[in-house]
Amino acid sequence: MTFDCIVVGAGVVGTALARELSGCSHQGRALNVALVEAREDIGDATSKANTAILHTGFDATPGTMESRLVRRGYHLLLNYALEAGIPVERTGALLVAWTEDECLSLPMLQDKAVSNGYLATSIVNAQEVYARAPSLGPGVLGGLMVPDEFIICPWTTPLAFAHDAIARGVHLHLNTKVTGVTVGPDETVLETSTGQMRTRWLINAAGLGSDILDSSLGHDRFHLHPRRGQLIVFDKLARSLVDVIVLPVPSKVGKGVLISPTVFGNVMLGPTAEDLTDRSDTATTDEGLAFLRDKGAKIVPALLHEEVTAMYAGLRAASDQTDVTVEINADQRYVVAGGIRSTGLTASMAIAEHVRSLIDANLPLADRTDLPPTVRMPNIGENELRPFQDESLIAADSAYGEIVCFCERVTRGEIRDALESDLPARDLDGLRRRTRAQMGRCQGFFCGAEIQAMMDGAG
Amino acid sequence: MTDSVDVVVVGAGPAGLRAATDLARDHTVLLLERERQAGGIPRHSHHLGYGLRDLGRVISGPSYARAMVDRALAAGVQIRTSAMVTGWAGSRSLDVTSPTGRYRVEARAVLLATGARERPRPARWISGDRPAGVMTTGQLQQAVYLKRQNVGTSAVILGSELVSWSAVLTLREAGCRPIAMVTTAARPEAYALMGWAGRVAFRLPVLCDTTVVSINGHGRVSGITVRRGGRETTIACDTVITTGDWVPDHELARSRGIGIDASSKAPIVDTSLRLTDDGVFGAGNLLHPVDTADVCALDGAHAADSIRRWLAGESRNAQSVELRAGEGFAWVAPGQWCPQVAPARDRLLLWPTTFRSFPNIVVRQAGRVISRARVPWPAAPGRMFRLPSSQMAHVRMDDGPVEISIG
Repeated sequence: MTFDCIVVGAGVVGTALARELSGCSHQGRALNVALVEAREDIGDATSKANTAILHTGFDATPGTMESRLVRRGYHLLLNYALEAGIPVERTGALLVAWTEDECLSLPMLQDKAVSNGYLATSIVNAQEVYARAPSLGPGVLGGLMVPDEFIICPWTTPLAFAHDAIARGVHLHLNTKVTGVTVGPDETVLETSTGQMRTRWLINAAGLGSDILDSSLGHDRFHLHPRRGQLIVFDKLARSLVDVIVLPVPSKVGKGVLISPTVFGNVMLGPTAEDLTDRSDTATTDEGLAFLRDKGAKIVPALLHEEVTAMYAGLRAASDQTDVTVEINADQRYVVAGGIRSTGLTASMAIAEHVRSLIDANLPLADRTDLPPTVRMPNIGENELRPFQDESLIAADSAYGEIVCFCERVTRGEIRDALESDLPARDLDGLRRRTRAQMGRCQGFFCGAEIQAMMDGAG
Repeated sequence: MTDSVDVVVVGAGPAGLRAATDLARDHTVLLLERERQAGGIPRHSHHLGYGLRDLGRVISGPSYARAMVDRALAAGVQIRTSAMVTGWAGSRSLDVTSPTGRYRVEARAVLLATGARERPRPARWISGDRPAGVMTTGQLQQAVYLKRQNVGTSAVILGSELVSWSAVLTLREAGCRPIAMVTTAARPEAYALMGWAGRVAFRLPVLCDTTVVSINGHGRVSGITVRRGGRETTIACDTVITTGDWVPDHELARSRGIGIDASSKAPIVDTSLRLTDDGVFGAGNLLHPVDTADVCALDGAHAADSIRRWLAGESRNAQSVELRAGEGFAWVAPGQWCPQVAPARDRLLLWPTTFRSFPNIVVRQAGRVISRARVPWPAAPGRMFRLPSSQMAHVRMDDGPVEISIG
């Protein structure tokens, strides 16, 4: 079988692409799309370990493709989140200036936001900053309010895209690593760890591996290295300390360390920004954690008295290009979407839309008229009703009344559903991302054996 | 749906079961347990040593749990399992989720007996990879004794508290070889008896003064890197057990704004085991992470007496004095001293930070030493130190906080 499109990489961008392309038809026939992923789950690499912010793009570099995609993606994803049940909290962000220099740069940041098409920022004095975030440490000089920066669930987003894609007929190939590519006159042959695959169009959304795949098609236009970001997640009892995203004033080396609430009701501190060479090194380090501890203690001193629930590290794809690389090579029937940074979550749907338009110029595409309804994801966020709180759901199925993971209040019904869905959890991490099971403060002291038994089919 | 009872007890471990049993003689008592079975931690602690101080015999954890549940049921306690309290609906009113639905419980008195848990790896700030095969003793025991799951072939145990040896026993039961015990404690004498017994029985090396650098492995644990005396070594293993380092399950207390001890993270109680909110009491390892099950049960009995007096109309003791941990201790429970009511078992519980074979206990108030005594039992980190409350005989109610230290 020859596919119309194969998307390589099932992160947030790849799943958005698979969803978008499978919603298209060419000459009255639905595109036949495959999504190929080297790991055993979707959203299991860069997409799973980020700061989970829905960005307005206020601080992007004006005029870049990234700026345009983030701004467009923000609206697309916000609408889609409502429809698909992806947790979003409208927290707003507060950029905090701690030095005179940082204070002086606030008007420039505001101008930049305007250039990026975002007009709602406001510069505030120290008093107003403390009024919005009373637990901030001493020494605040001023701030910039960005009311439309929100927090979003980074796990439900690619899962929703993938569920939609599967419902639209996408063939998902997990545990399938691409090892070679040969572009022929009519079709492209992919060598993979599970055999040969053929396609007319190839879409590269391989994240941290996208430059390597790009080079195997003969290109040399961007180079990636892993930038490690370590993150610390604090106990839910810390949530009352922080109900707004607290951002630092950006510097040349990146966006710096932020403190943010999460849609699960925790508080997150991070990330570090360490340039590495090993594309698999997701270890946390004592130095990294000590750095975050120091930073955190200055920003919200009380936070460091709270218990830590989780710590992890993610690898972002740092490109040698100043902008994202989303380009078509029509002669090869090939599109690359690479060099995508932490804004990829927000921009994902806009990237997919843009890639579709690039292909459309060569292969006219229309919207399919026979699409299944958008998936409705199980809610794992704190600001909507969860199954354990839902009387009518429990009355209909008592499994939603049996809380198995006490810390996160995940019920037997939700775990069962996640193990039985179209895109089932295959391991504990997969189950965590789908349900929050065992991601709470006890990390399995109470529920670990019970959840393992359910995964073993013995629950 | 709303239930109205005299007393609602949250948590059916030793403390909650004993309190409910005592109170059921003359009151309506509802005992809520979020697990599928009542009994608490002893259910999956298969070694002997339970029941000495409260039942007058020495039995295994599961036998103890069964005995306590049987007594409660015989006394007329209504026990509901798979029933989790998810929050407060009022000052003595709780919201519950269970397979039968959501409901509310209104009571004249609330007893929190939610126990404690071991700090897991992230809360101990242990860096490195995030492979499978890292768990607490609590999870290990349930995996082995309740679920008969495979837990690996070779394990390193972090910590050197009593529970650490329980982990060793459990690993052996599961056919997983304990390779080493790693502890930051300075000297093996801190656990002289257990350390010696362990070394003899299991030939298990105990690495003191040793810190964990990282846990290693992709997918599954491949080893653990430790630092001792400036030298780093990597020990190959496929399982790491994080033991001890207990923290109270205090969410319900904190979500109500009840006072919490900064060091133990336990709700602050007075000698009657009252929390800072009227009609709300505490018992067991929620208050002192952690003491043995029998001591928790006797806490429950003490709380039951106080609750009975509260229900009979007794008001809060007018005066209390704050107790503070001084040099050599991390915390003391209870944290408020009321001379009218002796604490449970006439003992104060303290958590030592240094080792002394025969510690000299000094009690100070308003800058003066009001009591000094050398006791014939050791103070050792990782093990509860119990001090007779007779040492508080000279506390004056208007002289401010009392500090207890090792002299």
